[in-house]
Amino acid sequence: MASKTGKGGVLLSLFLTFLKIGAFTFGGGYAMIPLIQKETVENRKWITDEDVLEIIAIAESTPGPIAINSATFIGVRVGGLAGAVCATLGVVLPSFVCILIVSRLLDAFQHLKPVQYAFFGIRAGVLALILKAFWSMYKKCPKGLVSYVIAAGAFVLAAILRVNVLIVILCCAAAGLVTSLIRAGRAEK
Amino acid sequence: MIFLDLFWTFFKIGLFTFGGGYAMLPLIQAAVEAHGWLSTESLLNFVAVSESTPGPFAVNIATYIGSELAGIPGSACATLGVVLPSFVIILIVARCFRRFRASRVVAGIMTGLKPAVIGLIGSAILTMGRTVLFPGGIAAAAFLTPAFLVTAVIFAVMAVLAYRKVHPILLICLSAALGIAAGYLLL
Repeated sequence: MASKTGKGGVLLSLFLTFLKIGAFTFGGGYAMIPLIQKETVENRKWITDEDVLEIIAIAESTPGPIAINSATFIGVRVGGLAGAVCATLGVVLPSFVCILIVSRLLDAFQHLKPVQYAFFGIRAGVLALILKAFWSMYKKCPKGLVSYVIAAGAFVLAAILRVNVLIVILCCAAAGLVTSLIRAGRAEK
Repeated sequence: MIFLDLFWTFFKIGLFTFGGGYAMLPLIQAAVEAHGWLSTESLLNFVAVSESTPGPFAVNIATYIGSELAGIPGSACATLGVVLPSFVIILIVARCFRRFRASRVVAGIMTGLKPAVIGLIGSAILTMGRTVLFPGGIAAAAFLTPAFLVTAVIFAVMAVLAYRKVHPILLICLSAALGIAAGYLLL
């Protein structure tokens, strides 16, 4: 495929494919996976279904949004470093341009009475959406004493003791690493 | 310097949030409040905007704050900052991804990070809920104001709809309609 279209053709189609993925997925996150699968596996045949599962697993354990992770991953596999740049640029560009326009509109209309009332209602709705996200993440999280203690610890540190969020994240990562290494050590004995 | 500040702040957000989406909210909330870049109300307004526009939340909020503070160059700096950590890390991981997935250290860190995100979002819900429900501070009188009652009703209705898996954009439109109706009829 690469030999037919040449390096430039591959880079262009990486850019355009991820431009499409970036433009047509609202809300981000796992909502992007079906479209990524359809475009990169079924249409372009760049990767396989197994690779998609691999990407989801890796995206879960690396920082950053899943859209960026998968664009970079598929880009580098198909077209090297230049491919990663093209795919990532493509997936970011639609939201970048869209938000630049929306921020102008927000600035222009935010002071209007109906818009303020609309956002008054929207804030209560968004709070419900965040609560829903909290519930879904809780259901997906592995259960067990260590998990509950870490979750409660993170909550107390952030909400009550007002510790910097970055420090809370580092402490929890260390706690998870230490407890799982201790468990692994015990299992081997 | 604002451009460097935007880049560095969003670089840290991009580096320290696993899972994306709402998992990023606690870090973004902490960063924008520490800098005084955005009020909690504006942040919640923007979550609704981000749900209704394409692309990941992290990129949307970086572009928005960058543009509000320093125009198009500002949004470019913030967006580059939030994207760069995942870009570089995936470039490295893509070369040795089987070893990465089998790594005990990575798996161990994740057993700490998954519950951490839950605790942090719980904390964000608490502080944001306080701002939304009691904008004037928590006092006995605050429970009887029309604004509190309307907010509480909209929140309760939307929580039920969200649990029933109603689409987020539809849910936001309904909240807006209820907000406008309540605004003109009751407030």
